[in-house]
Amino acid sequence: MSAPLSGPGPAQQVPGRGPVRTGSPRTSRTARNHAPITAAGLAAKVILLGLVAGIAIWAAFPLVEAEKWVGLVVLALTTAALFYLYLGRRHVPAKYLVPGTLFLIAFQIVPVLYTASTAFTNFGDGHRGSKDDAIVAIQSSSVKQVPGSAQYPLSVATKGDPATGALVFLITDPETGAVSVGDSEGLRPLDPGAATIAPGGKVTAADGYTVLNFGQASARSKDITDLVVPTAGGALRSSGLSRAYEGKAVRAYDRGCDCVKDSDSGKTWTADSALGAFVSADGERLAQGWKVNVGLSNFTRVLTDERISGPFLGTLIWNFAFAIGSTGGTFILGMLIALALHSPRMRGTNLYRMLLILPYAMPSFAMLLVWRDMFNTDFGLINNLFGLSVDWFGQDWSARAAVILVQLWLGYPYMFLVATGALQAIPRELTEASSVDGASPWQSFKAVTLPLLLVALSPLLISSFAFNFNNFNAIYLTTEGAPFPADNSSNGATDLLITYTYRLAFGGQAAQFGFAAAISLFIFAIVAVVSAISFRRTRQQEEVYA
Amino acid sequence: MTTLTGATVTGGANGPAAVGHNAGRRRNRWFAQVGWRHLVGVLGVLFSLFPLVFVVSAALNPLGTLSSTELVPTGGVSLENFGDLFARTEFANWFLNSLLIAGGASFASVFLSALAAYAFSRMRFQGRRVGLLSLLLIQMFPQFLAIVAIFLIFGTITDLWPAIGFNTPWGLLLLYMGGALGVNTWLMKGFFDTLPRELDESATVDGASHAQVFFRILLPLVAPILAVTGLLAFINTINEFLMASVFLTDTDAKTLAVGMRGMLQGGERNTNFGIFAAGTLLTAIPTVLVFQFLQRFIVSGLTSGAVKG
Repeated sequence: MSAPLSGPGPAQQVPGRGPVRTGSPRTSRTARNHAPITAAGLAAKVILLGLVAGIAIWAAFPLVEAEKWVGLVVLALTTAALFYLYLGRRHVPAKYLVPGTLFLIAFQIVPVLYTASTAFTNFGDGHRGSKDDAIVAIQSSSVKQVPGSAQYPLSVATKGDPATGALVFLITDPETGAVSVGDSEGLRPLDPGAATIAPGGKVTAADGYTVLNFGQASARSKDITDLVVPTAGGALRSSGLSRAYEGKAVRAYDRGCDCVKDSDSGKTWTADSALGAFVSADGERLAQGWKVNVGLSNFTRVLTDERISGPFLGTLIWNFAFAIGSTGGTFILGMLIALALHSPRMRGTNLYRMLLILPYAMPSFAMLLVWRDMFNTDFGLINNLFGLSVDWFGQDWSARAAVILVQLWLGYPYMFLVATGALQAIPRELTEASSVDGASPWQSFKAVTLPLLLVALSPLLISSFAFNFNNFNAIYLTTEGAPFPADNSSNGATDLLITYTYRLAFGGQAAQFGFAAAISLFIFAIVAVVSAISFRRTRQQEEVYA
Repeated sequence: MTTLTGATVTGGANGPAAVGHNAGRRRNRWFAQVGWRHLVGVLGVLFSLFPLVFVVSAALNPLGTLSSTELVPTGGVSLENFGDLFARTEFANWFLNSLLIAGGASFASVFLSALAAYAFSRMRFQGRRVGLLSLLLIQMFPQFLAIVAIFLIFGTITDLWPAIGFNTPWGLLLLYMGGALGVNTWLMKGFFDTLPRELDESATVDGASHAQVFFRILLPLVAPILAVTGLLAFINTINEFLMASVFLTDTDAKTLAVGMRGMLQGGERNTNFGIFAAGTLLTAIPTVLVFQFLQRFIVSGLTSGAVKG
């Protein structure tokens, strides 16, 4: 894809350089104060503020229920501030800025700050919650079936999609017939009558839940085996797909030594608050740890851990090559075609233009997938057409060339469009003057047209670079980062930093949110520095040519 | 200028004896001045079109598999894939979800950034400069870089307010609106700056309030540009995959991008290609039509923000 319509465009319009009017706000405010209140304006104000109040009340109930008092205070203050702002006649600029800013703060600035703070922790799988959560998890996962363990009929259900939703156990007490819902947080009773119970005690339907049938359940048997429901005396686990037992915890936490003891083997693991894990004397770590602050270690890991730093440097270089190659390639191709069609003697330019920009109008996610399948080794169009059997995404360089080619196809119509626009804005007298002076077409292009084009388009080129630097779809929907080296399945030859980050956080292996956040910050720093430098250079350029 | 070049061409034909010779030279000159342009144009069109021809051919291919699809359909054509698309997948749902999310998000984001751009362009207040610069900075941190944090935050939101949590279009819509200001405000401010201030000053003198100036005078004047910006935001949202894939895991809550990728995953990859291609065409038809219609505005819209400022 080409650059989105992101608008560092008018870089020359940095405040302070434009015409600044000073001294007038007070007079104009008094003028505005005399503006009559119209019925339509009043009605709109009442409806919108009523909506705000309604949403605030709707949002307040769950907060009260969950006892999230900080959230409630923030909500109340925000609502009050909105009422104050829009009922009063002052603070006119704020009235226009606040709606967008609220969303900006809630869904962009807060996540960014959260990312920044996560980057200094070991947050991830095995280090999700507090130390107490980890202890509960350790104790309940060590549950073993002991002679005399109570057995219950079990149904597996979910509130979401049977194939992916979070699972719960529906357990029937064989004596009372009462049904309980259990998940990793514990067991809660279900309203009597909310569940349909078959003879034998198995729940066949429950309000609000989808009960998995045998096929669905066996497809997720691993999730079912892993689900442990803590109870007072130990924990519930599944035994097969239709029975659950309540077992006893073998491992227990001892507050005195701040350690976990295994009553079968007698082994102990002591808490290490720097690592956020229980570690035994021989260095073995329990899988369930807790979240601790690890300082800069996520950042230094990129440089010092050899398994990471080597591939990481490669990814970084390829990331730059990809962004420069995509931006430069699309620009050159788009500009060439725009130059070719830009002539008063050309006929049919509208038809050409209509056909040329089709790739830009197609849904790019779908076309990326189409391109992926055109490069397919066994059935792909490219191999079929040329009678080849090349595994395009199997070798480093062919995969890299392929993704850049795909980007070229997706992105050049955009560059063609903007170059056409910019060419039309260049006065023809300039090139004519140079040809009268005896310049060859190439010389007048190099000395006149190209510099003017670059000045006009460099803000777009910069944002296109920034976009391609993080072009997640281009890689994830085609190669998915492949090919991977044999010894490293987390960092492939066509991986960009952003796809690498995504794999760290949401890939198949244990999620490393803290490390992923650190790399996000790293990407941000790179993009910010590159953009800042190039904007500065653009401005100098403008002063030269303007 | 046309007359200038035209004169040289006719000037070349002098005397009946040299007609045959001249015809060849004229053809050469025609190629040097115009012909190569057509050659480049045709090559470009071929490059643009061949994957699209392949998609059309796959969508009409009665066998519906990737391996049996050729560039030009030779084994007959049928519309079977389109029927299968609706029968075997939740395509209609995905399409509606995408339209709702992308339509809502692009409309709201254009409106929110137009509001902010109006303030930045027409009013002078404390913190204006800081506000503009911080928008520029925030825009460099794309929202999806914070995907891990967004995932965690929305985990809490799902617990508190399931109606705007995971697997709902509303949550994703809110999230996309969070990125609105950063992306479009600068561009919009550029458009507002090109409108003469005298317009709204005279309206103010006539007793119009700031809201009336915005809604009645400025907004109608930038409407075509707003439409183009909205269209591009719409297309970008339709194509957004990263956040949507984290957000929407239920089959019937998915957007087109997430759902259609699922069609080509795993063992179904070869067999589903025909219905996938059919889905691609259906997704493309509305955008391609609007694109052709707005093409002229797009050129001026993209460059006027950048060139004139």
